[in-house]
Amino acid sequence: MATKKPRIGVFKFASCDGCQLSLLDCEDELLAIADAVEIGYFLEATRKPLTGEFDIALVEGSISTPEQIEQIHDIRNRSRMLVTIGACATAGGIQALRNFADVREFLSAVYASPEYIDTLKTSTPIADHVRVDFELRGCPVSKHHLVELISATLAGRRPNIPRHSVCIDCKRLGLTCLPVAYGIPCLGPITQSGCGVICPSYHRGCYGCFGPAHRTNVQGLVRAYQSAGVPEETLDLLLHTFNAWAPGFRESTRSVPEELLSRSTGPGGSGER
Amino acid sequence: MAKRKSGKAKTIQVRALARVEGEGAFTIVLQDDRVADVKLEIYEPPRFYEAFMRGRQATEAPDITARICGICPVAYQMSAVRAIEKAYGIQVPEPIRSLRRLLYCGEWIESHVLHMYLLHAPDFFGYESAIAMAQASAELKAHVERGLRMKKIGNAIVEVVGGRAVHPINVRVGGFYRAPTKDELQALVDDLRWGRDAAIETARWVASLDFPDFTDDYEFACIRSDHHYAILEGDVVTNRGLRISEDEFLQYFREEQVPYSHALHSRRVLPESPGADDRFAGCYQVGPLARWNLNRDVAPDLVRQVEQDLPVSFPTTNPFHSIVARALEVLLAYHEAIRIIEDYEQPDPSWVPFEPRAGHGCAITEAPRGMLYHEYHTDDAGYLTKVTIIPPTSQNQLRIEKDLYMIAPRLIDLPQDQACWQAEFAIRNYDPCISCATHFLKLKIERLPTSAH
Repeated sequence: MATKKPRIGVFKFASCDGCQLSLLDCEDELLAIADAVEIGYFLEATRKPLTGEFDIALVEGSISTPEQIEQIHDIRNRSRMLVTIGACATAGGIQALRNFADVREFLSAVYASPEYIDTLKTSTPIADHVRVDFELRGCPVSKHHLVELISATLAGRRPNIPRHSVCIDCKRLGLTCLPVAYGIPCLGPITQSGCGVICPSYHRGCYGCFGPAHRTNVQGLVRAYQSAGVPEETLDLLLHTFNAWAPGFRESTRSVPEELLSRSTGPGGSGER
Repeated sequence: MAKRKSGKAKTIQVRALARVEGEGAFTIVLQDDRVADVKLEIYEPPRFYEAFMRGRQATEAPDITARICGICPVAYQMSAVRAIEKAYGIQVPEPIRSLRRLLYCGEWIESHVLHMYLLHAPDFFGYESAIAMAQASAELKAHVERGLRMKKIGNAIVEVVGGRAVHPINVRVGGFYRAPTKDELQALVDDLRWGRDAAIETARWVASLDFPDFTDDYEFACIRSDHHYAILEGDVVTNRGLRISEDEFLQYFREEQVPYSHALHSRRVLPESPGADDRFAGCYQVGPLARWNLNRDVAPDLVRQVEQDLPVSFPTTNPFHSIVARALEVLLAYHEAIRIIEDYEQPDPSWVPFEPRAGHGCAITEAPRGMLYHEYHTDDAGYLTKVTIIPPTSQNQLRIEKDLYMIAPRLIDLPQDQACWQAEFAIRNYDPCISCATHFLKLKIERLPTSAH
């Protein structure tokens, strides 16, 4: 058996803290996890300073300031395995809406003295800056995925995180199809599984928290909804929220400047890289 | 860098503030054994919510603003729906308002218990984390386990009513996508009864802690109803006699940029302008301590009785007693949740239909950390034209700095580690949620002051 406990670090960039909170929301597993690993860095939970190396780095948040670019390289250098947790780290988050706009105008809209703010023009996923070994989707991530990721890594196997669409899970649950029965636009056919089909269970169309599923036809769905009479504007807003910058969703907007579209690759539909 | 004429200068700085949600740092600059300055720096990067929400549909605001803070998304959703309903002239019936209060109780429990057990209690016992505390002794482990179970029940309320614990999906302008059935809610009641008892034990436990001796002439602010403990709506009141409607908030409380700190601070607008040297003029405190001090007369009898038997008496001006106020609010939230479920009739329809219109509306609800102000302007097609959000941590920031300024003289002779910890301990009284404070500016300029004499 291993003599030394694996060392885990939890790191945060531009984000809401909800994904790392999901780790503290594993109330039944938290103390067991804490016994199985050494929590080396986790500011939301402990005062321990940042030192040494990590077997697993869990990274929340997107890169949006010059300082964060340096920090993510430092974390990459300290870590054997780097996992992005959530839509901000994996796709740039809702703050990536700035990528479609003029950030200088945003600055002066929010701050009286914009010159004091040090920010990048874009909010980008971690994978645009360093190598990412695995990514967990979601806004927020699923806590079951977090526990699976940690257990699998401790056991030396690949995490079992499905890449199919919400639509498939919804059919398995036998829920009434919202677009077909009620004409409610739903991103279930193109969004990756993982949330537990919450929105359709509450009679609400999926709004894409887990980003584009593997090999989906986003444009096909958009055309189908348009021909069913859903306004283009509605679909545009629906695709442009927490995963707006994810490849698959970002090309479907009318407002993306061409030069930005060709700029970065970002994470694709598959989890491992 | 300024030249120092005499004496020793010492800077206590903590770069990353642990066990707060978000990213912050603080600095205390001492000169000649005298506190020259304190700063709470926020290096949470700006995310520009108020800018990118322009041109979005007003109905998207509850889901989008929830992402400002993963710890208190319900608060953002509740302030957003209420403000937009005012803009659209929507009257929401009582059963839906009750369900919102139940959802909010779930968030208060989850957020307060997280803070008390996992973030704040380790300070009182001298551990770096709740995990280290749980590993230290069987007795402390039992406390942490009780806290985790209490927190889980708060999350369960949010999951049943809201769909999931972080960023609930079931809230919409006008009500809920689907109202839970009576059976779904009834299934929570056994756990809630356990939680209510556990909350009483918690209140007794935290009230028995050793509190640092500290006081000041605080101005506390919160919303108030004369009929019940206000969470979702009420007048804005303070302990200095202010009572105004939420629509008047910006006339009496203002976010200002102060040149010496480059940070936005909220402060009371004072009748006469303060002396130029009083940088803390108009600071005020929001959150559980403010609420319990000002609204405990309308709290349920059970909670008032439990409070009466505690060794801490209210109203109190010791900010370290905030952990006790938090515990009493957790008890109140469990009690209210049980009452709402027992009286529950599933609202049908679960939301009020409406048409968008040009208008504007503002609303304040009580986030776990204090008053959360949202204001929206819409055009006639329902697109947002202007958005203003004032989170509780932004309102507390100046008050936190004043606490640090006052506590700093005690830190001078402590070893650096201890001094940092004591200052962090004081900051954590406010449970600062720095992700919320979208306005905070990064503060880079570091000036050592010259000696005053």
